[in-house]
Amino acid sequence: MKAKTSHIVLATEGLSIGYLSKKMNTIIVSDIDIEIQAGQLIGLIGINGSGKSTLLRTLSGLQTPLSGNIILENNNIESYTPEALAQQMSVVLTGQMISKNLTVFELVSLGRQPYTNWLGTLEPTDFDSIDEALDATDCSFLKDSPCYALSDGQLQRVLIARALAQDTPLILMDEPLTHLDLHHKAALLKLLTSIAKSKNKTILFSTHDIEHAIPLCDQMLVLQKGKVIMNTPEQLIESGVFDRMFPEDHIRFDSELRRFFVEN
Amino acid sequence: MSLGSVMVPVKDILISLTGGIPSKETWHDIITVYRLPKAITAMLAGSGLAISGLLMQTLFRNPLAGPYVLGISSGASLGVATYILGGTILGFTVAGSFGRWGLILAASVGSFTVLLMVLAAAKRVRDTMTLLIIGLMVGSLTAAVVSVLAYFSKAEELQQYIFWSYGSLGDLSWPEVYILIGCSLGGTLMAIFSIKSLNALLLGDAYAKTVGIRYSRSRLLIILATSLLAGSITAFAGPIAFIGLAVPHLIRQIIPTSNHRILLPAVMLGGAILMLLCDTVAQVPFSEYKLPINAITALVGAPVVIWLLLRKKKLLF
Repeated sequence: MKAKTSHIVLATEGLSIGYLSKKMNTIIVSDIDIEIQAGQLIGLIGINGSGKSTLLRTLSGLQTPLSGNIILENNNIESYTPEALAQQMSVVLTGQMISKNLTVFELVSLGRQPYTNWLGTLEPTDFDSIDEALDATDCSFLKDSPCYALSDGQLQRVLIARALAQDTPLILMDEPLTHLDLHHKAALLKLLTSIAKSKNKTILFSTHDIEHAIPLCDQMLVLQKGKVIMNTPEQLIESGVFDRMFPEDHIRFDSELRRFFVEN
Repeated sequence: MSLGSVMVPVKDILISLTGGIPSKETWHDIITVYRLPKAITAMLAGSGLAISGLLMQTLFRNPLAGPYVLGISSGASLGVATYILGGTILGFTVAGSFGRWGLILAASVGSFTVLLMVLAAAKRVRDTMTLLIIGLMVGSLTAAVVSVLAYFSKAEELQQYIFWSYGSLGDLSWPEVYILIGCSLGGTLMAIFSIKSLNALLLGDAYAKTVGIRYSRSRLLIILATSLLAGSITAFAGPIAFIGLAVPHLIRQIIPTSNHRILLPAVMLGGAILMLLCDTVAQVPFSEYKLPINAITALVGAPVVIWLLLRKKKLLF
């Protein structure tokens, strides 16, 4: 049994994110100073265009920061080789053009790439990790199905299984709840909670389902007006962050019921 | 190898190959000088084109990608056209064995340039359909340039180019076959070293990067492998259509997997077999006629792709 150490997995120092172009840099969010503790489930929220995906892409190394540092396990992210980074952090992305011809097993096994040899040969330990990941996400029965035969909810679970098979302490997810109905949203959120707790993994996921995320997240990152606010859901409700979440007066947040209401 | 304008019994083929003397002495020459190099060329071309088709389909994540559709073969054609036809304009002539090397070089440079252009376009446009259209446009563009070159060139040069463009597997001497073997070997090795990254690329660029793949390096290796294979084959055997596009799809019908460790050797074998079959048809067994190989592969390949589309409604890569 691994002792539940509460250390900082990921931290940022004066991070600015956005897009580089020849003429000018477009800063989307600046002065990001956050610390993410191990074993927590963290929701990343913000309105469309607030920079959720950009932040996740920057943290995962897919996009270069405009300024500032990202510290992963006490080391600057730039000092990692691609393989070493892939052993620390896995991602679940939506809207990627993945080959639908892959079987579920093949897709999940690609999560083992940071550990396999130059040909990608799977060793017994790799098979164990893949089976474990399929079990945890309830996908074992789909093992031999091709991806084109899966429903959206199943595919989302399989993509999460792939990230689990990568066996990293930190998992970043970009809107894993989109395209899912209420039942599957609830099931997936429970799955994320259980992964974070039972496997002591840190999960940072972006979502628009604020109401559903509030009761389950340990911490929430709110992107608002180019700045970031990080706190527990309770503290965020108290400080009235959700009331100011949406710019116009169409939506009101009820802090008693913890729900948003559309104003007539 | 037994079927051709002169029929040679299978038994005598085996005797010739193992160094013995067959029942008729001319048969020995027919086998070793003409048919063996041709069969080897056919197998190399088939497997090489099938590999480059597979690599392109995975790299562009597009089931319709292939050396021909994306304009890579057109690039090679342009290279060769510039080399053969442009001689008059630029003031040099193609001669001897240097000519052969120059041909390969021209075809390789041509295909590599077009591939880089398509890739640069791929970075700008996310939509793969647009990319295919760009590939087709590049094809038209090169055809236009070739027409202009043809207009200004000498009749015999034009004839040389036209014969090249029909495609032929039978014009190679042994030294040329060795060169082709070398190029195929190099390209295939690069493809083998790309297997792991190819599998990662099935998830898309972003995922590939997050499982530890050095993306730009892997992509460059895949492009190099493709242009070496498609370039050298096009240089020696002419632009051969549809093998690169159709073989990976046929193999996926037979083996339901996307794992390149299985797909790569399977398409090599499938490509070699299909190319030998096409070549046999092109020979028109027991007759004096020889059809252009390019016509046969298109006649075989295009219906196959249409049939796959009708059957599955959707091609997957």
